[in-house]
Amino acid sequence: MSKATTLYDKIWNAHIVDEQDDGTCLVYIDRHLVHEVTSPQAFEGLRDSGRKVRRADKTLAVADHNVPTTDRSAGIENEESRIQVEALEKNCADFGVELYSMDDIRQGICHVVGPEQGFTLPGTTLVCGDSHTATHGAFGAMAFGIGTSEVEHTLATQTLLLTKCRNMRVTINGALPASVTAKDLILAVIGKIGTAGGTGAAIEFTGEAFQSLSMEGRMTVCNMTIEGGARVGMFAPDETTFEYLKGRPKSPKGGAWELAVEYWKTLKTDEGAVFDEEIVMEAADIKPQVTWGTSPEDVTTIDGHVPNPADEPDEFRRNKMERSLEYMGLEAGTPMKDIKIDTVFIGSCTNSRLEDMRAAAEVAKGRKVADGVRTLVVPGSGLIKELAEQEGLDKIFIEAGFDWREAGCSMCLAMNDDKLVAGERSASTSNRNFEGRQGPGGRTHLVSPAMAAAAAIAGHLTDVSDLD
Amino acid sequence: MEKFEKLTSVAAPLPLINVDTDMIIPARFLKTIKRTGLGTDLFSTLRFNEDGSDREDFVLNQAAYKDAEVLVTGENFGCGSSREHAPWALMDFGIKCVIAPSFADIFYNNSFKNGMLLIKLPPEDMAKLMEDAERGANATVTVDLEAQEITGPDGGLIKFEIDAFKKHCLLNGLDDIGLTLQKDEKIDAFEEQQNAAHPW
Repeated sequence: MSKATTLYDKIWNAHIVDEQDDGTCLVYIDRHLVHEVTSPQAFEGLRDSGRKVRRADKTLAVADHNVPTTDRSAGIENEESRIQVEALEKNCADFGVELYSMDDIRQGICHVVGPEQGFTLPGTTLVCGDSHTATHGAFGAMAFGIGTSEVEHTLATQTLLLTKCRNMRVTINGALPASVTAKDLILAVIGKIGTAGGTGAAIEFTGEAFQSLSMEGRMTVCNMTIEGGARVGMFAPDETTFEYLKGRPKSPKGGAWELAVEYWKTLKTDEGAVFDEEIVMEAADIKPQVTWGTSPEDVTTIDGHVPNPADEPDEFRRNKMERSLEYMGLEAGTPMKDIKIDTVFIGSCTNSRLEDMRAAAEVAKGRKVADGVRTLVVPGSGLIKELAEQEGLDKIFIEAGFDWREAGCSMCLAMNDDKLVAGERSASTSNRNFEGRQGPGGRTHLVSPAMAAAAAIAGHLTDVSDLD
Repeated sequence: MEKFEKLTSVAAPLPLINVDTDMIIPARFLKTIKRTGLGTDLFSTLRFNEDGSDREDFVLNQAAYKDAEVLVTGENFGCGSSREHAPWALMDFGIKCVIAPSFADIFYNNSFKNGMLLIKLPPEDMAKLMEDAERGANATVTVDLEAQEITGPDGGLIKFEIDAFKKHCLLNGLDDIGLTLQKDEKIDAFEEQQNAAHPW
């Protein structure tokens, strides 16, 4: 009998083109997403060396990081942003790559667009010049972020030189408590393993709490795998996955669909397969999460307090905590619920899908945004915006005083005009609370969409259940 | 890609953990379509005051370390985004080697693709190097990739481990794409087999 293997092992083994003596493998890449920030230098490299894109048919491009989320009819005002988006358009035209341009309803954040179009499929290898490519692992794909040199390598050869990750499994047993979301699960996991806990690993998420999640929830979990240090996060594909993919524009059709599903059903970890590391948690122990510091591992529960650096024995960590609290303008011991916020951002490749919009709208419905709180609700794609509007979510948001916008990365990384000013504090559904991430001097608290909406209503961090 | 063989330089101490790529080069400086020129904005927030003047407390602004080619820092250096602008900015500034207890995966890969050497060392070696680095301009280190050795200012030797293939590419300045294209036939064969088995 052959050795029991993990889901990750299976996909890895199925994509090896060549193996060197030292174990480095040439791995075939099935899908490549391209955006405007990390690709211009790669296309320039191809041009300089007279190389072509090997498989333009396996490549899909969309501008997302730089695009305005306000009216786009006049184009992009910022010159550098405009040049970058125009460069993507020219590169795609020159090299024959399909592109969803800014005025295409399919335009949106690449990690929202790929799954939405059925470009992301189980059992595939998928890369993008963006660390949040881990998102696509929700479908049982081996998906990971790469740098620009690897973008160029993929464009030229449709392969990458890789060393295999170690196998890690995170299991959360038990049913998801009401009020706890996918975002809370992954923040709790990062709080436990730390921001480097998954370095060198491919993580498989299992257990009832994870498996009961929708595809949107699974994408939120896999998206933030990189915040725990792991490049790859995965769920074994199941009926929820197939249901989501069936009938998508780029999903297999007819006989090929049946064949594909048959194959996808084989994509799961064998009984008895050994993981290099196992983490087991209980869903009943997990509460709504919020970050207090400047790393996603700096997380506590909404009914918790800002921690005290004096309690940290490790000198490096204590210094980092002190630095974080100074940057965040917080005192040790402050209840998280007492922290006032200035801005609420609902969006990003972590939480901008229809389910996220619904969760935030449910909290917003019939309530009003607190005086002085700025809000941005940014759907993940033009199609999500359209679906949300068909359900009337836009009206709920607008009536409550939220700002309803066009699709893009927006205030997750503040490359367009959507940014915090120094000292401004946000409750944000994005993935990183790094210093300056949402604008120089900006202070970020990561939360779920429902908690972000609740913070907008209350004017301070709060639990949804505390709202009147 | 430029070769990396051996270098002798002052080592700049940056005793912070989890230095993320937004700290190395904030997103607002990624609006470029070039690989060069990013050194100007390296560590922008740590390096400059709001009015653009130098922050004197930042190590790379201090006279002793202005020309440092080696950076000695804390665990999980380079975490966060996949932006290759991070190694580009470090190299454009003049940093050719970073030494830390650990690095984030994507940053680690990106750096080697650009000819920058990253060295992982255990805590006791890190403590010694950090202490040496804090001695300033007189404390130069020599990093010898072929021998996999770091020679400290007092002549002390530290051996380091490195992946054989990464070492080979760095020593010879090899371009990955050129190497892979030599395996074109194997890629063709893979595509043919995959197309038959999984035609979607």
